[in-house]
Amino acid sequence: MQDNKITAGYTAVEGYSLSRRERKNLIRIVVALAAFAAIFIADKAVGLADVFGGRYGWLFPFALYLAVYLLIGYDVLWRAVRNIAHGQVFDENFLMCIATLGAFALAIYRGAAGMEIEGFDEACAVLLFYQVGEWFQSYATGKSRKSISALMDIRPDYANVLRGEEAETVDPSEVAVGEIILVNPGEKIPLDGVVTEGASSLDTKALTGESLPRDVAEGAEVISGSVNLTSQIKIRVEKEFYDSTVSKILDLVENASEQKSRAENFITRFAKYYTPAVVVTALLLAVIPGAVTGDWSTWIYRALSFLVVSCPCALVISVPLSFFAGIGAASKCGILVKGSNYLEKFDKAKTFVFDKTGTLTKGNFAVAAAVPEENGDEILRLAAIAERDSDHPIARSIAEKYGKKTEGGYTLTNVAGEGVVAEKGSDTILCGNEKLMERYGIACADPDATGTVVHVAHCGAYKGYLVIEDEVKPEAAGVIAELNAMGCRTVMLTGDNERVAAAVAKKTGVTEHRSSLLPQNKVGEVERLLSEKKRSEALCFVGDGINDAPVLMRSDIGIAMGGVGSDAAIEASDVVLMQDDLRGIPTAKRIARKTMAIVLQNIVFALAVKAVILVLSAFGITNMWAAVFGDVGVAVLAILNAMRAGRAAKSDR
Amino acid sequence: MKKVYRLEDLDCANCAAKMERHVAKLDGVNSVSISFMTQRMAIDADESRFDEIMDEVVKVCKRVEPDCRIIR
Repeated sequence: MQDNKITAGYTAVEGYSLSRRERKNLIRIVVALAAFAAIFIADKAVGLADVFGGRYGWLFPFALYLAVYLLIGYDVLWRAVRNIAHGQVFDENFLMCIATLGAFALAIYRGAAGMEIEGFDEACAVLLFYQVGEWFQSYATGKSRKSISALMDIRPDYANVLRGEEAETVDPSEVAVGEIILVNPGEKIPLDGVVTEGASSLDTKALTGESLPRDVAEGAEVISGSVNLTSQIKIRVEKEFYDSTVSKILDLVENASEQKSRAENFITRFAKYYTPAVVVTALLLAVIPGAVTGDWSTWIYRALSFLVVSCPCALVISVPLSFFAGIGAASKCGILVKGSNYLEKFDKAKTFVFDKTGTLTKGNFAVAAAVPEENGDEILRLAAIAERDSDHPIARSIAEKYGKKTEGGYTLTNVAGEGVVAEKGSDTILCGNEKLMERYGIACADPDATGTVVHVAHCGAYKGYLVIEDEVKPEAAGVIAELNAMGCRTVMLTGDNERVAAAVAKKTGVTEHRSSLLPQNKVGEVERLLSEKKRSEALCFVGDGINDAPVLMRSDIGIAMGGVGSDAAIEASDVVLMQDDLRGIPTAKRIARKTMAIVLQNIVFALAVKAVILVLSAFGITNMWAAVFGDVGVAVLAILNAMRAGRAAKSDR
Repeated sequence: MKKVYRLEDLDCANCAAKMERHVAKLDGVNSVSISFMTQRMAIDADESRFDEIMDEVVKVCKRVEPDCRIIR
């Protein structure tokens, strides 16, 4: 922790460098490969067995090949011996040793029996090939792990805290609430807080997937994990490190792998039985036909090839890697998935239940219409004058819509529960509901609107009214249409009355809606929907995390929107959309679908190749080379395929 | 009590699965999950005997995969 304080603070993805062990193994492989090639060529060109000739001529090539074999395989041999001593018999090392030592033994047998010399090169090459494969496997896994982890690299390593005159560099966990921290351009913001001095742009890409920088100035709330881009700012710390956004997210990401999917569990269970089964089959393959035909060396050779394929590593490695890459891809888009089981379920999600306020709608108010339309500007101007001093959301929505400076000089009188009266001399503006109009004896329209109606009268004459509505999110209709097109059922739940619900349902295009629900009714409604769906399908509930924690918990997948800063949402949900943007849902669904497709491909491909090679080697059609491909080659291909899951999101952004 | 440990030099997915099976069988371990991808072990064990159980966990892992180290 201490020594990397200075270099930290950059999100740049470092190039993957080989670990010491990988480098050592690479050198060993290259040396062994060169030695093997030299011996092999010499053997084929001059026939090493004939150099000394005679009955024991085979000993010379044997000694040379054995030297290479030991160089490349000493660690495999050692591990096999050690693991047997620990009671771990059926592991990869053991299988490779049996197969290659068996091949050596067969070659010695042929040599001693005076038959044509062959088989030394193969035994040696198989182990060499195996090591090359292992190395590549370790390289590919390491690389993918690093590149995915780099995406989630949001941990701040230090904080510059102002204590006295000087800024001290300390660990973020040592900073207390209320202290002032200094964040330079290029540094990560270590703790949640409020800007007290300076203005800058922040890169929140690692947190939300949003690529546009966010501008902040004095008084703005900032979240930890974002990167300061342009200039130095001072921040008053509002939360301790363990409570900060970045800690919460890291906890979540690090624990994501705990929730294992059914596919992963299947594969580990499968591996448990696969290896012993193949070993037993290999034994039978050597003994029974060997005893029947008397041709021991052929059948032992076939059994040995059989053994090489028996390691389940390709499967065991590729399935979690695919999920991991999928979760990584999702987090790059600002979608946090709490475990691979949720990604698996997401692929099966067929029912999407949405909360209305704050989820499908913005949860704020905006002027939706002015009636009559030709008087719109005038109505808005008058309303803005009357409502200029009010802090009510409705008043603010009017001011926002008007957007200009209002005329001053009016005396504003608030009539509780009815509206505002603005007077300047004989000029009187009335702005409020029908009760206010009634009080002043002005006849007003009784519109059939779905929002709050604000009537406006000027100097005793009725001008018209404004309709103020909770705005539907601009992306809502597109997202719902996309989900409907995927064959999903979309349901909206709301506590509002039927009129408002129907209007929003129409605007967003949800297939069904339920209105006038109390919070406890929402749980009941979700339970009813859960019982209606097919067992193989999943139900998603999408909410903003406020007041809907019970529903988030009850549904198969709880999706919370706008997770940054909302602890309750992060805790209660299974998937968190860091950005308050519904488009994350279809994106997550696409990632889930692609990930599951890759998982399936890997399982089927690896099993199929292994099955084919097992059958072929049992009939002696293939040799040990193909068997090694069936082990490490398939693993490498499966890893490369799994990496595609990480690129799932790029295509649609 | 629940704790997360980092694992060093865990380079075989099957070994991770094997380690997980063996650790899960230990007395006092409520649940354990070893992630090959993140190289982490999340373990939930009896709080009163936690250190004792961890010693046992280290021993078991050493037996299954001697190259792998648990960073405590």
